[in-house]
Amino acid sequence: MAESNVKVLGTWASPFVMRVKIALHLKSVRYEDVEEDLLAPKSELLLKSNPVYKKIPVFFHAHNPICESLIILQYIDEVWTTSASSILPSDPYERSQSRFWAAYVDDKFFPALRRLLIGATEEDKKAALEEVVEGTVVLEGAFGELSKGKAFFGGDNIGFVDIALGSLLGWIEVIGKQCETKLVSEAKTPRLVQWADCFSAHEAVKDVLPDVDKLADFGLKLRAKILKALAPTN
Amino acid sequence: MEDEVVLLDFWPSSFAMRVKIALGEKGIKYKCKQEDLFNKSTLLLEMNPIHKKIPVLIHNGKPISESLIILQYIDQVWNHKSPLLPSDPYQRSQALFWADYIDKKIYSIGRRVWMGKEDQEEAKEELMQCLKTLERELGDKLYFGGQNIGVVDVALVPFTTWFYSYETCGNFSIEAGCPKLVAWAKRCKENYRSVSEALPHPLQIYEYVMELKKRLGLV
Repeated sequence: MAESNVKVLGTWASPFVMRVKIALHLKSVRYEDVEEDLLAPKSELLLKSNPVYKKIPVFFHAHNPICESLIILQYIDEVWTTSASSILPSDPYERSQSRFWAAYVDDKFFPALRRLLIGATEEDKKAALEEVVEGTVVLEGAFGELSKGKAFFGGDNIGFVDIALGSLLGWIEVIGKQCETKLVSEAKTPRLVQWADCFSAHEAVKDVLPDVDKLADFGLKLRAKILKALAPTN
Repeated sequence: MEDEVVLLDFWPSSFAMRVKIALGEKGIKYKCKQEDLFNKSTLLLEMNPIHKKIPVLIHNGKPISESLIILQYIDQVWNHKSPLLPSDPYQRSQALFWADYIDKKIYSIGRRVWMGKEDQEEAKEELMQCLKTLERELGDKLYFGGQNIGVVDVALVPFTTWFYSYETCGNFSIEAGCPKLVAWAKRCKENYRSVSEALPHPLQIYEYVMELKKRLGLV
């Protein structure tokens, strides 16, 4: 069913935006895709709809803006309940575990990944790489716990943690290539390797994950922009 | 079968205070275990192996970590009274947004204020900006939750017991910049026993901060 009042303000390269799109695809909700250029000054719409952080994604439903990807995911899950599968489990304890691991991705794993991308010195990069690899091992353990032998963190179907982590797969591959390492390796994280393949091939995901070469090219430009902004002015 | 509820606590922690307020609001009986953060117990390391932090809520042997996640768990399990979150999905998303904002900002900025290093002036400005943003969000409402306290009130009010420490270490007045917010904090403590019981006296927090600064070689 086409929903004329559903809009996503974001960019094709952002994993946080990808999360929102995957959730909407899972729920079969059609939406308007509004592209924000991350390499250009921020748009009026972005500044007006997310005055606190001025970041994408911003999700619009009936003209109400919602910010922060994991909060958007919960909103989508609560509003569109008639179709397909739930994103969060209904059991309170399982729900808390899903939230915990999604928060781990955002608070620990992603920052380490970001440091690896923009690391200015070899030392910075080495420290970040160790953190990222350690993170993948922790997530491999989490997968064992949550999946209970099924294909996804969410069990038979894609859930909250799958979307939170899976949205990073494109960047994980790009950054890995940059460091000449497989960040999600068969040796240390065999289950995650398998999960990554299942996730990427999923109907709701495959058109959302970007082309890796295009992302790599964008990554170089983004890194340059960030490093320039961080450089001390003389 | 009776529920067994245990809270791994550290009395100065604003994050742990949040959980105590929520448990108080819901009328839940629980055991409180004090942790020594410089000498963490086996139980803590077992119940929160990833972050090794408090608070941890242990419900019938199962651990839940991260205070906002704990609050949402408590709200869902003990849904018979004092709802912490609105029932409307959009209102709920807004409440979670502001609770998350408080998480991202207040603790780390506040820490830079009381530590009193070279970035203290910058941190003071940032803190006042955040508190002013929150004050604007409160507007003319009695509480962030409307007529009653909700998750945003519970997330923020514990930090107000640290205001005296921020002010004294930073030599500034939070009330001067945010009178409505200070009034809101007073209102929470006066009207909600769960709040007044969970929050230590600001002077106790200040004593703790000074001890910590000595320990960190900052005094």
